[in-house]
Amino acid sequence: MTGLPLSTFALASGLALILIGLLAMLTHKNIIRMIIGFSLVDTGIHMVMVAIGYVTGGSAPIIDDTVTAEQAASRIVDPLPSALVLTAIVIGLGVTAVMLSFAVRIYRAKRSLSIDDCAESKW
Amino acid sequence: MLKRLIILLTLVLLAVVFSDLLLNYIESPVLSPLGSYYAANGPAELGAANLVTSVIVTYRGLDTLGEVTVLFISAAGVGLLLGRREAETDVAEPRNPASEIVQSAAQLLMPLVFLFGVYVFVNGHLTPGGGFQGGAIIASGILLLLLAQPYAAVSRRLIGITESLSGFSYVVVGVLGVILAGGFLDNRIMGLGQFGSLFSAGAIPIIYILIGFKVGAELGSVLDRFRAAGTGEQ
Repeated sequence: MTGLPLSTFALASGLALILIGLLAMLTHKNIIRMIIGFSLVDTGIHMVMVAIGYVTGGSAPIIDDTVTAEQAASRIVDPLPSALVLTAIVIGLGVTAVMLSFAVRIYRAKRSLSIDDCAESKW
Repeated sequence: MLKRLIILLTLVLLAVVFSDLLLNYIESPVLSPLGSYYAANGPAELGAANLVTSVIVTYRGLDTLGEVTVLFISAAGVGLLLGRREAETDVAEPRNPASEIVQSAAQLLMPLVFLFGVYVFVNGHLTPGGGFQGGAIIASGILLLLLAQPYAAVSRRLIGITESLSGFSYVVVGVLGVILAGGFLDNRIMGLGQFGSLFSAGAIPIIYILIGFKVGAELGSVLDRFRAAGTGEQ
């Protein structure tokens, strides 16, 4: 028994972060806190994706003296999820910036960051 | 009360789905077929030591062009949302100037932070890092400047020119790939060079330098917009 594999912990933390972020988005009334919840969900998804790309005993997908080009296919982790997560981080940043600027606009219009003051946009 | 219950129920149901995923997860002992293709052929085909970089810049280069476009659109959206300030909103109260320590530290650290950002994106094909990371570091240098001097005039024209030129050159390099090599954004328009040295991997360092400048300029303009919204400038 060598214990649970390393990536299981990363996967579990990622899934937990998604749930915590959703809880924050659903329960809080303050728009800034909802945006923080979104960022938590975002980070959780990134952790899940990186964890799924892990290969037992793999090292970083960079070819140098320790991992030569011949050994690469057997010794590195999957480079594809890492590349996708890099893309996802940048997109998440862009989305967060736009959400924050909407928050600034709402504050200017309503003088408040609570969604209770935006009742006219309720269905 | 009912609302709380529904929220709790939603989360519990989602947790059940997740626990199924977690309990049946088996760590993969071997690379996926696509990953092993990248690992086996990437170094010889593209000459980049960092395989993540070769995936981002060349194998999935079109994705990255789209990603840079999304970042550009979100920076433009922030500018649109925060740019116009209604006349009736009150003027923000003037801020206390930053302390001597922050101002001196910003003057000392700004060039170093920029240099480090440039180092990270120039070496993107060899070490962990690349255009997006280096661009974010450059933007953090701009943030340091804005913290130390909230009323500093950041040249929007310079940021705009940097961003447009680097974005345009990125597409030009991509089109050169169609003419001189195998396809759009192919990095083999130049010699691959000595594997693992700074001048290697064809056009990848050039593309990453352009991405670094573009991302740095875009994030810097987003930060400057938020600063302007906070200090009540146009």
